[in-house]
Amino acid sequence: MIQILNTVLIGITAGSIYSLMAIAMVLVWRSTRVVNFAQAGMALLSTYFGYEVIQISGSYWIALPVAMIGGAVVASIIELVIMRLLLKHSSQGAIASITPIIATLGLLGLIKSVIGYFWGNQDRTIVSPLSNVGFTFGTNTLAISPMKLFIIIAILVLVLSLTFIFQRTNLGLALRASAYSPEISRLAGIKVDLVRTIGWALAGAAGGVAGMLQTANGTGTLSPDSLEFSLLLAFGFIAAVIGGLDSLIGAVLGALVLGLVLAFVLTYVGGSLVFITAFVLLLIILLIRPGGIISQKAGRRA
Amino acid sequence: MSTNNAALRVEGVNISFGGLRALNDVYLEIGKNEVVGLIGPNGAGKTTLFNALCGLVKPDSGTFFLDGHEHDFPRTDQLVDLGIARTLQGVGLFGDLTVLENVMIGAQKFAKSGLISACFGKNTKDEKALIERSMHYLENVYATGLAHRRADTLSYPDTKRVAIARALVSEPKILMLDEPAGGLGPQDIEWMNALIRNLTAQMSVLIVEHHMDVVMTVCSKLYVLNFGEVIASGNAEKVRRDPAVIAAYLGTGDA
Repeated sequence: MIQILNTVLIGITAGSIYSLMAIAMVLVWRSTRVVNFAQAGMALLSTYFGYEVIQISGSYWIALPVAMIGGAVVASIIELVIMRLLLKHSSQGAIASITPIIATLGLLGLIKSVIGYFWGNQDRTIVSPLSNVGFTFGTNTLAISPMKLFIIIAILVLVLSLTFIFQRTNLGLALRASAYSPEISRLAGIKVDLVRTIGWALAGAAGGVAGMLQTANGTGTLSPDSLEFSLLLAFGFIAAVIGGLDSLIGAVLGALVLGLVLAFVLTYVGGSLVFITAFVLLLIILLIRPGGIISQKAGRRA
Repeated sequence: MSTNNAALRVEGVNISFGGLRALNDVYLEIGKNEVVGLIGPNGAGKTTLFNALCGLVKPDSGTFFLDGHEHDFPRTDQLVDLGIARTLQGVGLFGDLTVLENVMIGAQKFAKSGLISACFGKNTKDEKALIERSMHYLENVYATGLAHRRADTLSYPDTKRVAIARALVSEPKILMLDEPAGGLGPQDIEWMNALIRNLTAQMSVLIVEHHMDVVMTVCSKLYVLNFGEVIASGNAEKVRRDPAVIAAYLGTGDA
């Protein structure tokens, strides 16, 4: 019984971090119709910013918002300098929609090289600011520690804030309209270019937080070739696709489903099957519901 | 021509697509509080001219005057600020937003706080003002009851009402309507005619339309395009009798 509970707790913690990455992918997809494979690199770079701040100030709590803002700045620059040019210059046709996506793969490599150049290839360490020892319940140790509890609450707050922004503010309205049709949005007076940059900035911020939380929750080490961040990208992307790639709520649900399924496979089947399971789950959901788990109806895009 | 008090005037507009001349030395003038109709057979260049006026197509040459002042042909994202609003032939509502949200999109220029500061608490008052403003214009097109429906659940005539409300909410000086009567039944056309006539108190209107009875009823001036050239202009009576127009268009019976 306690093992099932612990598996659920592990799944929710992992899933909530995936959900931030998934939200970042969705925000970029919605604002520019680009699948951003550089998201892992952007999150990693933001986390290195956080690491630097910890070296100077000694405080994870200062580093966390800095990584978040740093992520937003990096993402805005990428959108302004690279994506805007690419979207303007890549012409019509099949290649036009692929070019920016390929570019994000290039960016991923570029960012990792930049990190290697400035910080070197050796591991850097971020120590978890809160205890990672699970709470005890009678003689049992629960798979939830103060750090994990903080992660879940912090992400809950972020997701709720983002949902509020999307559903209840002019910015959200502009983001949703631009995603539906940039051309009509422009005609109706929305500054689509600005909205796109803001979409990327929000994604960068979410990625920065995801990186900081994942590092403190996991191995605690950072390196340019971090497997942890590659997994974060893979699982965040899968979660976003499961959720339909267009919906914030879908991304969160997709991430929680993925986190829970992987936790159960890890506990009851074995670690070697985790990665396979993630992709099998993706395939199954795509086969049953190609538009993602919360797709409303097929072909709604004009 | 009355040059200076025209709300919008273009001259010498040329547009080619590849080798094809779509518009040849086209001119158009819309006076203040005037309803101007743009007619012509299919492929005459009406939509191309419309698109050039709102930045969807960039003319090869031509001059653009707004309120007597020369201005570059506007980019799409400048239109609302210049006081121009248009509806689209395919209506162009945001299907996954509600009707009210669709109209609020058109009202963005009245938002006092910026997009970003809107997220930090300054939003509530703005939001309320925008909703009120949008509801007011939904009332104008008798669509308040639809406010909370998703736009993609509306009937076709209702989408047209909402599209017009979204254009009106930006309080334009010039309203461009692309086939406002297309696909509407007689009753809705009647309603549309009345609406357009009422609008002239506040703005100028430019209409592209196939329904000749609509054009003849509401427009004080018509421009007839054929093969990318203006072949006639003037009031409905004059245009109706113009031999070139009869030959090109009306002579073949009711469009």
